Amino acid sequence: MGVDIGVPGVVASRLETAVNWARKFSLFQYPFVTACCGMEYMAVACARYDVSRFGAEIPRFSPRQADLLWVVGTVNHKLAPHLARIHAQISDPKWVISFGVCASTGGFYDNYATVQGIDKIIPVDVYIPGCPPRPEQVLDALMMLQDKIQREKWGAPRAASDVAPAIAAVPA
Amino acid sequence: MSRAALDSLVAAFPQHILETTDRLGDEVAIVAPAGLLEITTWLRDTPALAFNMLSDVTAVDYLARNPRFEVVYQLYSVSKKHRLRLRVPVGAENPSVASVTGVWLSANWAEREVWDMYGIRFEGHPDLRRVLMYEEFEGHPLRKDYPMQQSQPRMDLRRKERDAVEEYKTLYVDKLAQARKAEP
Repeated sequence: MGVDIGVPGVVASRLETAVNWARKFSLFQYPFVTACCGMEYMAVACARYDVSRFGAEIPRFSPRQADLLWVVGTVNHKLAPHLARIHAQISDPKWVISFGVCASTGGFYDNYATVQGIDKIIPVDVYIPGCPPRPEQVLDALMMLQDKIQREKWGAPRAASDVAPAIAAVPA
Repeated sequence: MSRAALDSLVAAFPQHILETTDRLGDEVAIVAPAGLLEITTWLRDTPALAFNMLSDVTAVDYLARNPRFEVVYQLYSVSKKHRLRLRVPVGAENPSVASVTGVWLSANWAEREVWDMYGIRFEGHPDLRRVLMYEEFEGHPLRKDYPMQQSQPRMDLRRKERDAVEEYKTLYVDKLAQARKAEP
C-alpha cells in the first residue's frame, strides 16, 4: 500500500489508499438473514472458516453500527420495503453482499411473492451464487469486496446503478 | 379405524353427505355446505368419535369444474387416534362457507390463510384479514387464474423484475419467430 522512501520506519502512501486499506479490514457486518443460507453464513462466521481472518468478524445488529449488509436468503415483496429501509439506515460508506441465489436472482422462487434479486431494491456490490454457497465462495466474495474497496476513488461520483432509489413507499 | 367414524357420520347425516371415499386408506366425506356446522360440532362432541383437533383447513381450486372450489378440513382425534377429512364444495360466484372457528379455535388463522390465498369467505369468522400477503395486495395468488409471476411490489423498483427473461425473449425468441416467418 505504500513505498519505502528511505527513512527508517516511514512509508509514504496516499491518504485514499491508506484509509481504503483500513476500511477493507474492518468491515462491520449487518447479517440480514431470512432463510437457509443463514446456516452457511454461520459456518463462515465460526471458527472453522473464521471470517475474522479478514477483519469482518463482528456482526452488528443495528444498521447504524454496520457498514457491510449481508442479505442472506429469500426476500419477498412483503419484506422488501423493510430491507430498503435498513439499507438506508446504514451510513456511508456502505457495501452490500447478496448471499446465495435467492437473494441474487430470486432463485427457483420465480413467482408472485419473491423479489427477483435484491438488486431490484438496493445496489449490490458482490453476488454469491449457490444454493447454498460453500463457505469458500463466501470468503472469495469477501476478498473481491476488499479489492473493490481498495480501488475506490473518494471524489468520483457514484455510478447511477450504485444509488438506491428514494424509499417513498415504505410503510411505517 | 376411521372407517367406523365415516360410517357413523353417514348414518347420522345422510341428507348432508354427498359422497364418501376411502382411497389409499384416507377416509373422506364430501359434505354439503349447509350441513357443515352441524356436522363438525357433532364430530367434536360425540364421545365415540371425539374429533377434538382440527389439523388444517385448506382449499383446492379446480377452475374449470362446477362447483369451482373445495374447502378441505383435516380432523384428528387425540384420544381416539383416528383421522377424517371433510371436503366442502364451494361455487365460483362470491365463494363463501360457514366458519368453524366456533367449533375449533385453530380454524382462525387457517381460514384466514384460505381467504388470503383463494378468496373464499368464511361467514362468522371473528377477524377475516389476510395472514400471509400484505394488506394492499390485490387478488388471491393461489387461484388458478392468478398469473403466477405477477408480483405487486410495495415500493419503487430500481430495475424491472425478470428483465433478463424479457431481454432473452426479444433477442432470441422473437427474432427466431420473425426469421421463421420470413422463410419461404
